Amino acid sequence: MANNVNDLVVIGSGPAGMAAAVEARALGMTVSVLDEQPAIGGQIYRRVEDAPEALQMILGKDYGAGRVLAEEFRQSGAAHIPGATVWNLTEDGVIDYVDAGGTRTISATNVLIATGAMERPFPIPGWTLPGVMGAGAAQIMLKSAGAQPAGSVVLAGCGPLLYLLAWQYLRAGVKLAGLVDTTRFSTYVTALGKVHGAVTGRKDLVKGLGLISRVRLARVPIYSGASDLEILGEDHAEGIRFRHKSKSREISAGLVLLHQGVVPNTQLSWSLRAEHRWDAAQLCWTPVTDDAGRLGETQIHVAGDSRRIVGALASAIQGRLSVLAMHERKGGTAQPGHKAELQRQLARYTALRPFLDVLYRPLDEHRIPADHVTVCRCEEVTAGEVRSYVDLGCLGPNQTKSFGRCGMGPCQGRLCGLTVTEIIAAARKVAPGEVGYYRIRPPIKPIHLGSFAQSTS
Amino acid sequence: MISKQLTVVGGGLVGAAIAYGAASRGLSVRVLDQGDTAFRASRGNFGLVWLSSKGGGMPEYARWTRDAVGQWGGFHQELLDRTGVDSGLIQKGGFWLGFSQEEVQKRANLLAKIDREAGGIPFRMMEASEIRQYLPDIGPKVVGGSWGAQDGMANPLFLLRALHSGLKKAGADIISGIDVAAIEHDAAKGRFTARSRDGQGWTSDRIVIAAGLGVGELASQVGIHAPTVTTRGQVLITERLKPFMDYPTNKARQTAEGSVQIGSTTEDVGLDDGTTVEKIEWLARRAVDTFPALANARLVRAWGALRPLTPDGYPIYQESGTCPGAFAVVCHSGVTLAAIHANVIGPWMGGLTDAPPDVAPFNGKRFLDKNARFVGDH
Amino acid sequence: MTTETLFSIPKKAGQAMVRIEFEGETLHVPDGISVAAALLSSSRGALRTSIVKGTPRAPYCMMGVCFECLVEIDGIPARQGCMTLVRDGMIIRRQSGAPSLEGLASGGKNGE
Repeated sequence: MANNVNDLVVIGSGPAGMAAAVEARALGMTVSVLDEQPAIGGQIYRRVEDAPEALQMILGKDYGAGRVLAEEFRQSGAAHIPGATVWNLTEDGVIDYVDAGGTRTISATNVLIATGAMERPFPIPGWTLPGVMGAGAAQIMLKSAGAQPAGSVVLAGCGPLLYLLAWQYLRAGVKLAGLVDTTRFSTYVTALGKVHGAVTGRKDLVKGLGLISRVRLARVPIYSGASDLEILGEDHAEGIRFRHKSKSREISAGLVLLHQGVVPNTQLSWSLRAEHRWDAAQLCWTPVTDDAGRLGETQIHVAGDSRRIVGALASAIQGRLSVLAMHERKGGTAQPGHKAELQRQLARYTALRPFLDVLYRPLDEHRIPADHVTVCRCEEVTAGEVRSYVDLGCLGPNQTKSFGRCGMGPCQGRLCGLTVTEIIAAARKVAPGEVGYYRIRPPIKPIHLGSFAQSTS
Repeated sequence: MISKQLTVVGGGLVGAAIAYGAASRGLSVRVLDQGDTAFRASRGNFGLVWLSSKGGGMPEYARWTRDAVGQWGGFHQELLDRTGVDSGLIQKGGFWLGFSQEEVQKRANLLAKIDREAGGIPFRMMEASEIRQYLPDIGPKVVGGSWGAQDGMANPLFLLRALHSGLKKAGADIISGIDVAAIEHDAAKGRFTARSRDGQGWTSDRIVIAAGLGVGELASQVGIHAPTVTTRGQVLITERLKPFMDYPTNKARQTAEGSVQIGSTTEDVGLDDGTTVEKIEWLARRAVDTFPALANARLVRAWGALRPLTPDGYPIYQESGTCPGAFAVVCHSGVTLAAIHANVIGPWMGGLTDAPPDVAPFNGKRFLDKNARFVGDH
Repeated sequence: MTTETLFSIPKKAGQAMVRIEFEGETLHVPDGISVAAALLSSSRGALRTSIVKGTPRAPYCMMGVCFECLVEIDGIPARQGCMTLVRDGMIIRRQSGAPSLEGLASGGKNGE
């Protein structure tokens, strides 16, 4: 098994992973790309290779851009291993994964973690009810199955994806019962302060604002500056309650799509015990890397949204730059000007990010909820229970986890980790960075014990 | 800084139980505990309340364990009444399962020897067909086993929470995030100061060093020889499942919450508390061999924890000869022995009782004999 | 309300369909979509109840991280509906609380 060592194994076939594979192949490296999904594209370019034309029309031009990259990837000669769930990664480049046939091992001189992002958890009353989903999840329904809301639907929260989905739904002819926007006007003003350095990102800014105004023009009721979101319903979502202009309002809808941005998928870098820091701008943990995404002195790089949220275009560039760094480490040189051109593009694609981070900062009460709100969906632990363990002397999430099972379920803390860090930090009146995160260990995803019996080793 | 009667260095299962035993009997107690990411043997405890086969090389330990296990029921109830936290005790017997006639025979000989030497530790050997009446899901690879009526299990994490909660209710101070670097003894005043790495100090009349892997170094500062070796135990934990395993076994147990714990390895790897693919696979295969239906259960967590052991695997409970009032404890059976730690060790180390006669054999001096050889037993 | 599904998939000419069974009911769904997408578009309500408090749950993230879409597929409990593609003849059941290993002693059912 170990005799077949790839020059590069990429984990994740989204924009960062595909672009990295293309770049590496062009440099003559042997490349394998593992992805848990059956098709390439990641979540942003999901089903990009065979989306029907009508669907592409709905999804828009940015989605179409993924098609070019996917084609390049297919022609690159990189091996694509679909349906591969990575459950273990070591610093020296050994990757254990499970596919339909059991557990398998693949080795590489260089590894690129390109596992992308996930939607930020949205812990508010009622968020576990059927009929409540992430707006990103609904967009995956649209991309992967062409599925649209069948009845009344409301979108709530903040972030570019929320408006993008609203716009895509309008193009698909879906009627929205409302768009509850937690972004405050005063934040626009603060955020504008970040724009001066972002002139290069102006095009993106104009595009984003264009989406918002088109949603407005479609006469969708928009409630800007909303707060205190709460899902209505006992066994199923029946609507949403929120405060708007100091009044309590309700919109009834059987489907409530929540979104307050995306956060890096950091399970793999955590599992390596790599250093992570609390990113106060993006309110999440990010692995500490050099400019090329390298983790310490290892042969492992992180690119794209799994390093820090940068969006699809910047992710692809980061993937390429990581590969160039691997190449240079081996004494190789890139084509003259190529690296500088990539760096220029990266600067352009990330110029708007500081503005977005300020503008779409999720509200405190939607990240650090009241006592009665469930924070751990798997083990059904409330914010109040976590606070009671802090009262008993717990300083961090590993102690609250052992006292109350918060984070011990099958999602392995993905849906509660950030919330728990912030709850403890607020309760202890210290910075989240001081509180820390769960000790993430393999298996990175739950795997059937029987997979080992089938193992071919 | 208010002086306390007793400081316990270490807030794991051992330290917390001893501290609880003293605090619940009226002593003013403080516990100095490490932070969120400390090596914590308590988190890797397999959770068995186990008597069978304990003390094969030391009848005093078999008797000590027997008495500890006998006190667990009352202790569980006491914690539940005082704190509302259920430490998950289920004590209705447990199985050791063997894969070959040879290991089953070895087991039978060992259990007979222990019962003969220590007394009051009955057991029963069973064929696989008889075991199947209790554990219908065992696989064909299990050829036989032993049954111990006093064996059982608890939830180590909820036990730890119950102890901390009980300490708080008894008015003890639990100070977290403290790395104790030194123990200072003021012989004139008969006082001890625990000094942290960052220079803070806590004084008390008595001090118990129950700091797991850190005991040896601190104990030597108060003249106690308490050598420890470190072993790593890896444990696998499945998702929660509907109850199907009515009794705990040496290879796997289903917790009250429904998850199945599979364990555990014993490895000599120094201070590495990681997990390894090789051991995860080995544990998984062994579990599926024992209970084939587990092939369809998902592994959610794997855990590696470092456990402090003495060279012979039996505990050390000892008062300093040169610094009276200072005590050291090394013990890896923090769940099985929890009740006796609270009921007997806590009051003794807190100064409420004389040294219990049955702890005399657990003196660290036994490791000073240069001619002695030790075989780890646990 | 009870007949309404959360999502719908507009019919397309020439779309390949497969037949799956959910709680004894036969559903015709497009080939190539996930079990979770199929069930959200053709059935209503919870796909399971939670393990600790028995509360109703349905798919939340659709990308394999939240584990809310767990269903029993062809006799194997706790499969991720959003990560499993529909297959003709697939039999899917709701899951009530913790998964059960009952009847799986041989290490698999239906030839899995």
